[in-house]
Amino acid sequence: MLRVDDLDVWFGFPPDRVDAVKRASFSVAEGESFGLVGESGSGKSTILRAITGLIDSWSGTIEVAGQAVAGQKRDRAFHKTVQMVFQDPYASLHPRHSVDRVLSETLKLQGMGDIDSRITRLLEDVGLGQGFRFRYPHQLSGGQRQRVAIARALAAEPRLLLLDEPTSALDVSVQAEILNLLTDLRAEHGLTYVMVSHDLSVVGHMCDRLAVMRGGRIEEIMTVDQLRHGGATEDYTRHLIAASAGYERA
Amino acid sequence: MSAPLLSVKNLRVAFPTRQGVFEAVRGVSFDLGRERLGVVGESGSGKSMTGRAVLGLVRPPGKVSADKLELEGQSILNLPERQMRAIRGNRISMVMQDPKFSLNPVMKIGDQIIEAYRLHAGGAKDAARQKALEMLRAVQIRDPERVMGAYPHEVSGGMGQRIMIAMMLAPDPEILIADEPTSALDVSVRTEVLNIMDGLVRDRGMGLIFISHDLNLVAQFCDRVLIMYAGRIVETLAAKDLHNARHPYTQGLLNSLPRLDHPVERLAVLQRQDSWRDGPLEGERTETDFPGGL
Repeated sequence: MLRVDDLDVWFGFPPDRVDAVKRASFSVAEGESFGLVGESGSGKSTILRAITGLIDSWSGTIEVAGQAVAGQKRDRAFHKTVQMVFQDPYASLHPRHSVDRVLSETLKLQGMGDIDSRITRLLEDVGLGQGFRFRYPHQLSGGQRQRVAIARALAAEPRLLLLDEPTSALDVSVQAEILNLLTDLRAEHGLTYVMVSHDLSVVGHMCDRLAVMRGGRIEEIMTVDQLRHGGATEDYTRHLIAASAGYERA
Repeated sequence: MSAPLLSVKNLRVAFPTRQGVFEAVRGVSFDLGRERLGVVGESGSGKSMTGRAVLGLVRPPGKVSADKLELEGQSILNLPERQMRAIRGNRISMVMQDPKFSLNPVMKIGDQIIEAYRLHAGGAKDAARQKALEMLRAVQIRDPERVMGAYPHEVSGGMGQRIMIAMMLAPDPEILIADEPTSALDVSVRTEVLNIMDGLVRDRGMGLIFISHDLNLVAQFCDRVLIMYAGRIVETLAAKDLHNARHPYTQGLLNSLPRLDHPVERLAVLQRQDSWRDGPLEGERTETDFPGGL
């Protein structure tokens, strides 16, 4: 479904050039859920942004559903296949557009017909009732906003969903609801996920395989079973697992 | 057994709105000794407001009222701003959540620490500078001379948070209120910052109020935990007993966390009940109980 090979991403020009991602390679099979974990600045979100065409300074190969992409240009078919959900539900929705407008605009852009009934179905899919259709973002809670953002991503009926820390701005109780929703949607629509998170336990819950990143490089790719049973081979991964297990009094 | 450092009885914070009076904190009572006290709850549960109310940082039209709000036997409820300034920062300090918004972006870090220190302790600039260097070393900043001359945007988030802690600790406060001090940090830096605060509580006998939404972290780091829901403390527990919590809200929060060592197909979702807002509270008798003693 997704193949990333030898991906380099950089910002700026020498001598101030920053290499945000260095020689990253991984592939995600159809229907799989793949996690990217690492500390801030390790380049995990940058990979997602390069895939969706939000960054143009990259080299290497990115293939989505067998089609190689280049630069920052993406055709309409790409956006029908790939959609992204962003970290901050407070920043990713237009404050002066109602839920109805956010969704209908996306549907129109995707060239969909029958918009009215599609919005109804999308809202039901993400567990929001019809009562939310004409609300504005400030009338919604954080969890409800993230549901709207997910509905917007689903509007194009994508096959690959890129999730950039979808729950890190939410309370744990709301996080559980959103993670359950994502699990249900994946089963229902046969979606493929690539999920970025700094929280190992969230990735452990949602994903089948994961890549651990550090300083722009992929340190290790392993299955979640290996993660659970201490099968990490790199020192850094073990350190990360120990640190995220909680606090040990020194 | 000595008297508690901070004693709070029936603290209320109210804000008048167009829909009537909104009470953000509704009758919170607790005593703080020389211990690590965790305050946990979801956003909007009033945990930060409790911290701000203690420091007198609730701005009008917000109103703070309490039966008792005492710092070592002296009432600090609604003190005039002048007197409050002598206490705030000097005897009670607060570390805010995000160093990016709490440090002055156009002032060198060294100058900020020196300014904060001299405001409270006075003294010569040279002595204050020495103190600032010493504080930066205390929070394990390796090259304090360089950091003193740097601007906030030149340091990382973890370092910024440690600088905040250094600044707050310079006047040797008796109580430190830390409002989500680690939620903007990566896990590996988080451990370092917690170690620093842990050491300070142990070595200086400081009282720490640790506000967080991370239940597991609080359970491991603190001595005692208050669970807040809708402006009230619904349960008070010794941290080591957190996993035997009795209140359904605490249990619900714990169950909604995904866990690496315990995989589940679906996460349990918290079912809120109206009765939690005003229902009976768990463990009220532990109000003045200090595990480990004072």
